[in-house]
Amino acid sequence: MTTYPLEVNRLTVAYQKKPVLNSVSFQIPSGKLIGVLGPNGAGKSTLLKAVLGLIPKVEGDVSIFGRPYREQRKSVGYVPQRESVDWDFPTNALDVVMMGRYGHLGWFRRPGAKERDIAMECLGKVGMADYAGRQISQLSGGQQQRVFLARALAQSANLYFMDEPFAGVDATTEKAIIQLLHELKDQGKTVMVVHHDLSTVQEYFDHILLLNGELVAAGPTKDIFTPNHLQKTYGGRIAMLQDFAAVPAGQV
Amino acid sequence: MLSTFFNWITDPNMQWILMGSLLLGLGSGVIGSFTFLRKQSLLGDALAHAALPGICIAFMLSGVKSIGLFMIGAIVSGVLATFGIHAITRYSRIKQDAALGIVLSVFFGVGVVMMTKIQHSGNGNQSGLDKYMFGQAASMMLSDVYLVGIVSLILVAVCTLLFKEFKLVSFDPGFARGMGIKVGLLEQLLLLMTVIAVVVGIQAVGVVLVAALLITPAVAARYWTDALGVMIVLAGLFGALSGVTGTLISGTLSNLPTGPVTVLAASSIFLVSVVFAPGRGMVSKLLRRMRQRNEVKRSYGNGLAAVEGDRAMISNRANSSERSAD
Ligand SMILES: Nc1ncnc2c1ncn2[C@@H]1O[C@H](COP(=O)(O)OP(=O)(O)OP(=O)(O)O)[C@@H](O)[C@H]1O
Ligand SMILES: [Mg+2]
Repeated sequence: MTTYPLEVNRLTVAYQKKPVLNSVSFQIPSGKLIGVLGPNGAGKSTLLKAVLGLIPKVEGDVSIFGRPYREQRKSVGYVPQRESVDWDFPTNALDVVMMGRYGHLGWFRRPGAKERDIAMECLGKVGMADYAGRQISQLSGGQQQRVFLARALAQSANLYFMDEPFAGVDATTEKAIIQLLHELKDQGKTVMVVHHDLSTVQEYFDHILLLNGELVAAGPTKDIFTPNHLQKTYGGRIAMLQDFAAVPAGQV
Repeated sequence: MLSTFFNWITDPNMQWILMGSLLLGLGSGVIGSFTFLRKQSLLGDALAHAALPGICIAFMLSGVKSIGLFMIGAIVSGVLATFGIHAITRYSRIKQDAALGIVLSVFFGVGVVMMTKIQHSGNGNQSGLDKYMFGQAASMMLSDVYLVGIVSLILVAVCTLLFKEFKLVSFDPGFARGMGIKVGLLEQLLLLMTVIAVVVGIQAVGVVLVAALLITPAVAARYWTDALGVMIVLAGLFGALSGVTGTLISGTLSNLPTGPVTVLAASSIFLVSVVFAPGRGMVSKLLRRMRQRNEVKRSYGNGLAAVEGDRAMISNRANSSERSAD
């Protein structure tokens, strides 16, 4: 019997009365890049937050590597949506990355030279070493995104959740990030990414979840990324959907 | 006036009061930095105003003026106010700013009515409750001063111990929670500490303005630095300076209420910061812009000179060709 990095059973989440996610169940395989797709308001961020225990769930359970999330926090890394924080906060890039180590430090202990070294290394991995001392409001959007990524790397987790890491980044940065995700995957880590650009889905992800209030489909990209499923996820609004999925999956 | 000042300074009682104001300003500045960064400045103000009915009820029930009891009363009504704000935003469509406004004015209104009642009742005159509106540091008893000083020091100590946790919770609570840090607990603690800072400050600064002593030093400190640690130390210093200045001036100058003077001192520090702080201040921004403009102009000017030179040459040539044509 294998344990999945993430297993979700009949998860229901509601903000007010109306459920935003309705009885969602799925498992994700280990050591893969997983895309979470769906229209705006589909509940993608909500799914991530509920799995991480950031918002209460109405029903259902979540297990990470076969155990409740509470016991697995150190093996989980998180990249929130960039807009979720105030970038005018008085701190610099290196300091933000060091926050990734706080969970390993425990109460009261201050980060020291070791944490600094790890943080520098992670900044280097995302190509931001030169910006370590820069006040975070003076970074561009793409650079801020990289800092968040470096912070997640500093968590040295086995399972990563990333909410739209490609939002507002240029093509070069996107390539650099995807390269990094592949490196994580090669180290046997599992990465779950909320993604919007349907044209790169087949190229980037091994496995996808299609979400629209409920789970439309989940599975290997080549089986699931079909016009039929996309139609169900996004409705009939986008004629172009057909084109994305029409590319024979075998060639990608 | 100078002699009053001198008497004041040398009086050991007054020295203690000054010390108390200093520590109060320090504690308020430090905890206020987190309040400000968590965008809860208005909440601090609401809590301060909400403290008034708590203080009045504590006095009506006990009939004595005791800072300890008043603190309990103020904390209870502060907590009630917080619940009120929560309930309003949760169960109605009213947004937080409006909820704050409603709770602040309702509690303060009730407080003022109660206070007027107390003033007109038998022992009203001895209550000295009117001092709680705008503060009167000089009227503090020595025991009150000790309490204020010790509580402020505890606030500073907790902020030092939990610096890392408070920083993460203020910057990115979602990430902190995902990491297993007890965000709810820490947020409650910060809120409680804000209430405590407000409450201990009330006798010295008054309910109306005590929130300004919480927030203004933090806002001023933000101008001087981009590092949270430095900002907090500066905010503490600015708070301490304001507290001491306020108490000194109000004590020596015809017994002005302490609150307004303290807040004016803090506001002066803020003004100086806005104008002169390096990097973010107005002067430094202006200088930078002028320097940039000069640089741009210089390079542009050089370009122009070169063009002019060319033109001179052309006209020379034109002249000479004209001449040769002649
Ligand atoms: N804090 C909140 N309170 C109430 N409703 C919320 C809250 N956050 C999200 N919602 C609602 O829940 C639904 C799902 O939101 P969610 O943020 O999960 O969408 P998403 O799939 O991440 O969308 P996007 O692509 O725009 O990021 C939306 O209808 C949204 O209006
Ligand atoms: Mg989202």
